[in-house]
Amino acid sequence: MAERCAVIGVGQTHHKAKRDDVSIAGLVREAAKMALEDADLTWSDIDAVVIGKAPDMFEGNMMPELYLAPALGAVGKPILRVHTAGSVGGSTALVAAHLISAGIHRRVLTVAYEKQSDSDAMWALSVPQPFAAPLLAGAGGYFAPIIRAYMRRSGAPDHIGRMVAVKDRLNALRNPYAHLHLADIDLQMVEESIMLWDPLRYLEACPSSDGAAAMVLSSEDAVSGHYPPAWVHGSAMRSEPTMFAGRDQVNPQAGRDCAADVYAQAGITDPRSQIDVAEIYVPFSWYEPMWLENLGFCELGDGWKLTESGATAFDGDIPWNTSGGVLSSNPIGASGMLRFLEVAMQVRGQAGEHQIDGARLALGQAYGGGSQFFSMWVVGSDKP
Amino acid sequence: MTDQPSAGSGEPIGPVTMLATPIRLDFDFTPGVAQSRFLRGLERGTFLGQRCPTCHKVYVPSRGTCPTDGVATTEDVELAGTGTVTTYCVVNVPFAGQSIEIPYIAAQVLLDGANLSFMGLIQEIPADEVRMGMRVEAVWVAPDELTPSLASVRYFRPNGEPDADYDTYKEYL
Ligand SMILES: [Zn+2]
Repeated sequence: MAERCAVIGVGQTHHKAKRDDVSIAGLVREAAKMALEDADLTWSDIDAVVIGKAPDMFEGNMMPELYLAPALGAVGKPILRVHTAGSVGGSTALVAAHLISAGIHRRVLTVAYEKQSDSDAMWALSVPQPFAAPLLAGAGGYFAPIIRAYMRRSGAPDHIGRMVAVKDRLNALRNPYAHLHLADIDLQMVEESIMLWDPLRYLEACPSSDGAAAMVLSSEDAVSGHYPPAWVHGSAMRSEPTMFAGRDQVNPQAGRDCAADVYAQAGITDPRSQIDVAEIYVPFSWYEPMWLENLGFCELGDGWKLTESGATAFDGDIPWNTSGGVLSSNPIGASGMLRFLEVAMQVRGQAGEHQIDGARLALGQAYGGGSQFFSMWVVGSDKP
Repeated sequence: MTDQPSAGSGEPIGPVTMLATPIRLDFDFTPGVAQSRFLRGLERGTFLGQRCPTCHKVYVPSRGTCPTDGVATTEDVELAGTGTVTTYCVVNVPFAGQSIEIPYIAAQVLLDGANLSFMGLIQEIPADEVRMGMRVEAVWVAPDELTPSLASVRYFRPNGEPDADYDTYKEYL
């Protein structure tokens, strides 16, 4: 029988294009200290540290966990680094949660970050290789053809992506930590933004951010902090090969399997009616309708109709990305953890202006690489 | 961290806390048995794939195994240089190290007889006329310029055939 696991502290930096006032160590420490303060703990209360970030090439800083250990108070304690590309912030939190639920530690600090301004992620993602033509233009260049395939398959009208781009930026206006605060955002502004990877426009893509996220997780007998805990009701990870014949990248099998697993653990049979709020990894606008289908919030082909109806808006029946989402802040390695962290804040009632009233059960999801890594958790205000 | 004098004035401008330096990456690529076969094929001006003995699907390039069945692929299959654009995007974003002039079409090309598409450049057609289902053919570099790399394929261009029916490639999106 696994131990119960609770989120008792959360912290994050103000995400920005360039945090040139701090080093990477300063960045992660800022988020970690905030999480410790929220949990009403000090460094010495922590048993172990689990840290995650996206590929080392993004900053050109190899094995950064070694140099960050002292900044995170991990000297003399276990420190473990996780890497699953863009989903890493989520899977890092899950590795930390499993150390609690396995009964190995009572309090674990988990941290994830990216300092994109230290290097050039577009370059790092577009390294030429002899078995591929040098065409890949960053993540947008990889995902735009898949988005086009979704549009063709579902018959979704063009304006759906623009609606998501506006909705998530409006949510970001409620979140003081979000990178983008576009007060004048509307459909026309998105439509008039430059086409980067046709069919994707500039404002339908995530920004490039510096930032970090941190959480303190604890066992039931070690709960502390200024807000009630968020209890972990389910956790799941899945992966699939980047390429195999018949692979469905629009609706990946690994995502469907991961959702089925986490729902079964949390007793969810009807996600749309049972889940109060969800933070889902949407780095490009069209991934909202695609993941609505992949996560079983609607029938296949109907995701865009849900978006169009306003169901996923802040005042809709299933608000998605109340924090502003990846579309408003993208410190890549931290982006998955920010999804997990936002839903913990929601069920703890500490989300301030972006709080959904009465949120009691919430889903956080992250994906990464060529949609081949998925991580998800369901957290609730009641004990599981 | 040292105080740096500003140019000319002799006044300090504060501590140096951040330094931007150029990035560069040189590496040797060791392809292994399966990819060597594919790359040697390109050197001869052909696409060489491999068929899975279990599901009979053809992989190009082959990594030497079928990821679905977990078995080695041993049968070589030579593919024609024609295929279908299953999906695509128009790249209009500049980035460090880019070698092709923007805007350009990055398309998923499903070669005839293959069960896996790969990314190819489309040229000889205006960007706004490219379509899903468009039939294309490979344009190779001159014979004396062939190398064991996809750089041997200059690009794909429309081959004039009618567009493929959506049902014939919808499994490969
Ligand atoms: Zn097979």
